[in-house]
Amino acid sequence: MSHKNLTFHRRAVLAGAGALIASPAIVRAQEKKLKIGVLLPRSGFFAQAGQSCHRGALASVKVLADLGYNVELMHIDTESNADVARTQAEKAINEGAHCLVGAFESGHTLAIAQVCEQRQTPLVINVAAAPNITQQGYQYLVRNFPTGGMLVTNGLKLVTELTRSAGVDIKTAAFLHANDTFGTSMRTAVDAIFPKLDMPFKLVESIAYDPKAQDLSVEVTKLRSINPDLLMIVTRAGDAIKLTRDMVRQKFEPKAIISPGSPGLYDEEFFKAVGPYANYFIYNLPWANPKSAMTQALEASFKQTSPDNRFALDCFNAGFTFEALLVAADAFKRAGADDGPTLMKAIKASSIKDHVMTGGPIAFNDKGDNLNITSASVENIALTPTVVYPAEAATAKPVLPMPSWQGRK
Amino acid sequence: MSLPLFVEVLIQGMLTGLVYGLMALGLSVIFGVVRVVNFAHGEFAVLAMYAAFVLFGLFHLDPIIASIPIAAAFFVIGYLLQRAVVQPFVTRPQHEQFILLVGLSIVIVNALLLIFGPESRHVDLPYSFDSFSIGSILIDEVRVYGALAALAVTAVLFAFFRFTSTGVAIRAAADNLVGAAVVGLDVKRLYAISFGVGLACVGAAGAIMMALTDMTPMLAPSLTLLAFTIVIVGGLGSMVGALAGGLLIGVAEAAASALASPSMKSMVSFGLLIVVLALRPQGLFGKAEA
Repeated sequence: MSHKNLTFHRRAVLAGAGALIASPAIVRAQEKKLKIGVLLPRSGFFAQAGQSCHRGALASVKVLADLGYNVELMHIDTESNADVARTQAEKAINEGAHCLVGAFESGHTLAIAQVCEQRQTPLVINVAAAPNITQQGYQYLVRNFPTGGMLVTNGLKLVTELTRSAGVDIKTAAFLHANDTFGTSMRTAVDAIFPKLDMPFKLVESIAYDPKAQDLSVEVTKLRSINPDLLMIVTRAGDAIKLTRDMVRQKFEPKAIISPGSPGLYDEEFFKAVGPYANYFIYNLPWANPKSAMTQALEASFKQTSPDNRFALDCFNAGFTFEALLVAADAFKRAGADDGPTLMKAIKASSIKDHVMTGGPIAFNDKGDNLNITSASVENIALTPTVVYPAEAATAKPVLPMPSWQGRK
Repeated sequence: MSLPLFVEVLIQGMLTGLVYGLMALGLSVIFGVVRVVNFAHGEFAVLAMYAAFVLFGLFHLDPIIASIPIAAAFFVIGYLLQRAVVQPFVTRPQHEQFILLVGLSIVIVNALLLIFGPESRHVDLPYSFDSFSIGSILIDEVRVYGALAALAVTAVLFAFFRFTSTGVAIRAAADNLVGAAVVGLDVKRLYAISFGVGLACVGAAGAIMMALTDMTPMLAPSLTLLAFTIVIVGGLGSMVGALAGGLLIGVAEAAASALASPSMKSMVSFGLLIVVLALRPQGLFGKAEA
C-alpha cells in the first residue's frame, strides 16, 4: 500500500476554508434538491383534468433535469375536494415540501393558498382562472394562468382576427353556454367584454343550457331558427358530444364554431364519441407552442412517461403544470436557497423567456399574475388539435368556413 | 321560432316522453301491486344502460334490440330480489323500506363506479347521427326507434295484464289484497312477479335510453327523480298515468325550452309536479284514497 504525502500548508488550508465559507449559495443549492408538492385532483369529479396535469408533472422531471434543475416532486391527490386539498397542503409542508404547485380548480387553490400564506411557503398556480385568487393580498402565491377575463378578451379578439385572416364574412353570432359556474362566469365576461372590443359582428342570442340534460336538441332547434354565421360555445366534453350529435342530426351548419375559451373540444372522450364530426371545431386558448424547443422536449418526455396518451390532447394542462414547476425550479436556482421568503422573492422576480405555452416571458405583476400569456386558435384537424393562428405558432392553415357534416363518415 | 320548428320540438319531446313513460311504468307497477316505493329505480335504469353498453361492446348488439334480453334478465333479478330481500320488508314501516332501497341504490351506483369508473359512456350506432325529414321538420331516427320500442314494450305489458291469468291475478291482488288471498291466490308469488315486471320495464327503458344518450353512474339519482315526477303527475300506481305523465313531462319540457329558455326544463317539470300535487294530489290518473 502506498502512502501519499498528506501534508497541508497552512495557507492552503485557510484558503480552502475561506472558499468554502464564502462559496456562493448557488453551489449549495445545487447540492440540495427543491422538494415540490404537486397537488392535483387525480380522483373524483375533476380526475380527468387532474390526471392530465399529473402526466405533465411526470414528463417534467426529465426536462427539468436536462435543463440543470434539481427538483424532487411529491405527487399528491386532492380528491377533487377543497378540504382534502387544504389538509394535503399542510401535510406536504410538514413532510418537507419547499414549494407547492397546483391545484387545477380555483376553490381548491384558494384553500391551499391560505395554508401557504400561514406557513410562508410559495404556491405556484398551474391552472385556476378565478380572478379573486390574486386579489386577496396573498404574498406567497403567483399564478401562471390567465384569469377568466383574460381568457375571454384574448379569445374574442382571436375570433375576429382568425375569421378576417381566413376571409370568412361573419355578420351574426349566437353564444351557447352551460348554466354551471364556469359557463355562467364566461357569459358574464362575454357580456361585459364584447361591447368594448368593437367586434365586427352582432351577438344576436345567448342560450344557456343545463349540462345535465339528456340531449341538446331543443337548443339546436333554437339555433336553427336564428341561423347565425358563427356559433360561439362554452362546453365541457360531455355537453360537446351531445351538442355535436344534435347539430349533425339537425343539419345545423354555421360558417364556424369557435369557443372563446373553454375545455371539452380537445378531450379524447370527445374525439372517441363523435369521430370525424369532432373536426373543424376551433377553440381559442393558451396552448403549447409547437414551435418552441421546450415544448418539443416536453412532448418527447411525455411520450416516454405516458405512452398511452396523446400530448396534443394533454398539452394545455401538461404545459401549464410544467411551467409552474419550471418557475419554482428556476427561482430555486437563482436564489440558491429553499426557505420560503427567499424562494418567493426569487419567484416574483422571474423572467423566463424560453418556455412552453404561447405568450411572452413568464413574469409576474405585483398581484402575482402573469399578464404575458396569450391565446392561440386551435382547430381539430384529422382528429388532432392543431394550432392554426397566430402564424408564429401555427403549424397548419385554418379550415374555414367549416365543411359540411355530410360526407365525413 | 317558426311553427314547423316548434312542431318539431314538440314531436321530439313526445318521443323522449314515451321512453320516460316506460321507465316510470315500472315504478308504478311495483308500487301499484307490492305497495313498496322503489327508491333504486333510476339506479336499475342505469344498470340496464351499462348492460346494454357491455352487450354492444361484446356482440355489437343494438341497445334497442338488447332491450329484450335485458328486460328478461331484469325480470329474473326483480323476482329474486323481491323474494330474497324486499319481501320481509313489505309489512314493515315505510321508513324501513326507504332505507333498504336507498341502501340498494348506493350499492349499485358505487359498484358501477368501481367497475366502469366515472367516465361518460356511449354507443356509436350507425344511425346515431341520422334523422328523418318531413318537409322542414327533422326528427332524430334514434328517437323514433326508441319511442317505437317503448310503445311495443308497453303494449306487451298491457296485454299481459289484460289477457293472461297471471296478469289478471296481479290486478286482482292490487285491487283487493285480502280478497285475492281469500280466493287462494299466492300473493307472495304475485308480488315477486310484479317486482320482476317492474324491473323488466326499467331494464327495457334503460337499454333504449342507452341508444339516446350518454351515461355515467351519477345519472342514476336524476333518473329516479324523473321517474318519481312522472308517476306523481300521472298518478302513483296507475299504468296509464305513468305513460301519460311521461308524455306530458317530455312535451312540457320541450315546449318550455322552445318558448322560454332550455335551462328552464327542470323548473317546468317540477312546477308541473307542484301544480298537480296542489290541485289533484292523487295525480292525473290516480285514484283518490278512500
